[in-house]
Amino acid sequence: MIPTSHYLFLSLGLFTIGVIGVVTRRNVIIILMSIELMLNAVNINLVAFSRLVGSVEGHVFAIFVITDAAAEAAVGLGIIIAFFRNRETLLGDEMDLLKW
Amino acid sequence: MNGLIEFVKPILVPLICAVVIVAVLPLVAGYIVLMERKVMADMQARLGPMRVGPHGLLQPIADAVKLLLKEDIIPDEADKGIFWIAPLISVTAGMLAMSALAIGPWFQIADLNVGLLFVVGIGALGIFGIVLGGWSSNSHYSLLGALRSAAQLVSYETAAGMAIVGALLLAGTLSTREIIEAQGDYGVWFVFAAPVGFFIYVVASIAETNRAPFDLPEAESELVAGYMTEYSGFRWALYFLAEYTNMVVVASIATTLFLGGWLRPFAGTRAFDFLDFIPSLLMLGVAGYCFYRVPKQPVKIQQTVLAAVGVLLILVAGILAAPLVAPAGSMVASAKAGLHGAFWFLLKVGLYLYLFMWLRFTFPRYRFDQLMRLGWQFLIPLSIVNVMGIGLALVLHRQLGWSHWTAFPLTTVLTLAVAGVLASAGEKKEKEHAIMGEEA
Amino acid sequence: MLDQIVFYFFATLAVISAVLVVTRRNVVQSAIFLITALLATAGIFLQLHAEFLFIVQVILYAGGIMVLFVFVIMLINMDVSLHQVQFNRQWWLGLLLALVLGAQLKVAIAMGRAGLPLGEPAPATALEPSTQLVGRVLFSEYMLPFEIASILLLVAMIGAVVMAKKKV
Repeated sequence: MIPTSHYLFLSLGLFTIGVIGVVTRRNVIIILMSIELMLNAVNINLVAFSRLVGSVEGHVFAIFVITDAAAEAAVGLGIIIAFFRNRETLLGDEMDLLKW
Repeated sequence: MNGLIEFVKPILVPLICAVVIVAVLPLVAGYIVLMERKVMADMQARLGPMRVGPHGLLQPIADAVKLLLKEDIIPDEADKGIFWIAPLISVTAGMLAMSALAIGPWFQIADLNVGLLFVVGIGALGIFGIVLGGWSSNSHYSLLGALRSAAQLVSYETAAGMAIVGALLLAGTLSTREIIEAQGDYGVWFVFAAPVGFFIYVVASIAETNRAPFDLPEAESELVAGYMTEYSGFRWALYFLAEYTNMVVVASIATTLFLGGWLRPFAGTRAFDFLDFIPSLLMLGVAGYCFYRVPKQPVKIQQTVLAAVGVLLILVAGILAAPLVAPAGSMVASAKAGLHGAFWFLLKVGLYLYLFMWLRFTFPRYRFDQLMRLGWQFLIPLSIVNVMGIGLALVLHRQLGWSHWTAFPLTTVLTLAVAGVLASAGEKKEKEHAIMGEEA
Repeated sequence: MLDQIVFYFFATLAVISAVLVVTRRNVVQSAIFLITALLATAGIFLQLHAEFLFIVQVILYAGGIMVLFVFVIMLINMDVSLHQVQFNRQWWLGLLLALVLGAQLKVAIAMGRAGLPLGEPAPATALEPSTQLVGRVLFSEYMLPFEIASILLLVAMIGAVVMAKKKV
């Protein structure tokens, strides 16, 4: 049996890589993908604790997280498509219409 | 050495099954292509391949050799890594999906708890092979064909999934082995309890595998060949193999879930035990036909090959009959479940594939917007109503005590009524669009 | 022993794929590596005896969300993006802050590690049969979040369709 802390460290590693992706990259699609990575890291965490305690409530929470990720990805990509149609750009730096 | 043996023993049977599937499936896919060509020829009043081997029996081998020896062309601007890996993804997804399916009670790689969902999910991963293949070809036709094909697959996946859910309500489990055993316990195949679900699954599975009449993305007169346009030689053969493997997987799911898997018709009743002789009799019949055709072959070597095929079939018939005549309780007699189960399963898969081919050569092709309308506006609502109907039937049967024979036909009639309403509403809309000239 | 091999294999695969996701220049390659990372996560779920979650991850995440991503990437493909600068101007600050966050969390986990066992870790059979248990809990205790999630999905579908239409 693998100690739960191993799973927590793995989840931490994935989460940090996701955060680096969000704050460092310019392309908004890659930012969205890094957000998906972060949500996955959270899921690993939930399932590891669920295994430790022996109850499936962690699994149910993880299913809701996946559902949320799907909804968010759909809406986010819709927004990106709409913006791309107007401004022809995919870079977060150049999406500054609301800046003073 | 001992440790190695201990490590290998529990996984020995699955390992052998896996090796058999990986080695035999490409050959079987090749022979399904031959079967398709022969069925196509039969429905078009001609003979099909007859030259290479007697009655064209060696045609797949000739085709495979030709494809292997062809020049490997890669488009100039194509993304080489993705171009290389795309057909592999399709083939891997198809073969991996075979691993949770039980071909006979003895032949299964892994009896997962979530077996059926695993097969459906891994089959869905095959979409990536198509999309990445179309993308990496760096050609407009390929990309459009790939996106259309992927949109079609995604649309019909939902309908297929819900049709499966309808039958799963009856089975109560997701494990492929236990579904078949549940059908054995019920005494009736699920196709008779959920015929609407079976119909939805047939239509959705034809769309899932990009077969006619839903083959717009890869038809030759449409987008050249869709996502396969730039692939030639062995890469194209891999895509083709993936398509036929998907057909076998989908047929296996339908057989497991609706047609009773490895169960003989009337598996429970002892009175029908004479049906156990059908496998051997069938093989003997085909062997007899082979011997009948031997003198009519034009060339001596074809006569020899056909006679050899006949002898092989007689051997198979003998192997199938052996457990029936051996003394009960001996090892030979206990092989009956495995051998006969595999035979019935493969027979049902073959019949389902014949249905696919029959539909291919009968119906004209659906236009893409008609295809999407059928998927989203007819099949998905119908499959939702089907799930509710089967749930209702189960409540009527289990909690209110109605008998099988009243509850299930009643809900089938209700579901068909809803289907009629949906179909007529769809026709009215199509007429409206045609009259008003609106874009769909 | 097999447990450890499987875990380390999938963990390494997940971390390497994640690093490649955030560093590739080509968006399509990033998407492919994200698919690999998601499948590796699914493998970890399977190793944790969460069979239903494994298959839900494969079907929904890898087979649904990523297909959506790949569709959008191919529809709004820009060859120009291959030659633009990939990282923004404050990348060093972002990297530093992310690493500080990571270090904080690592210290938190390491300090709390002793308190984790909570008695005996539960046997794996408490989580089987995964599908039935999840279904039972989902439709009894967590029925309200389930219904809210379905409304959320409906709203998201409508939102995505409206956002992506050519003329509203």
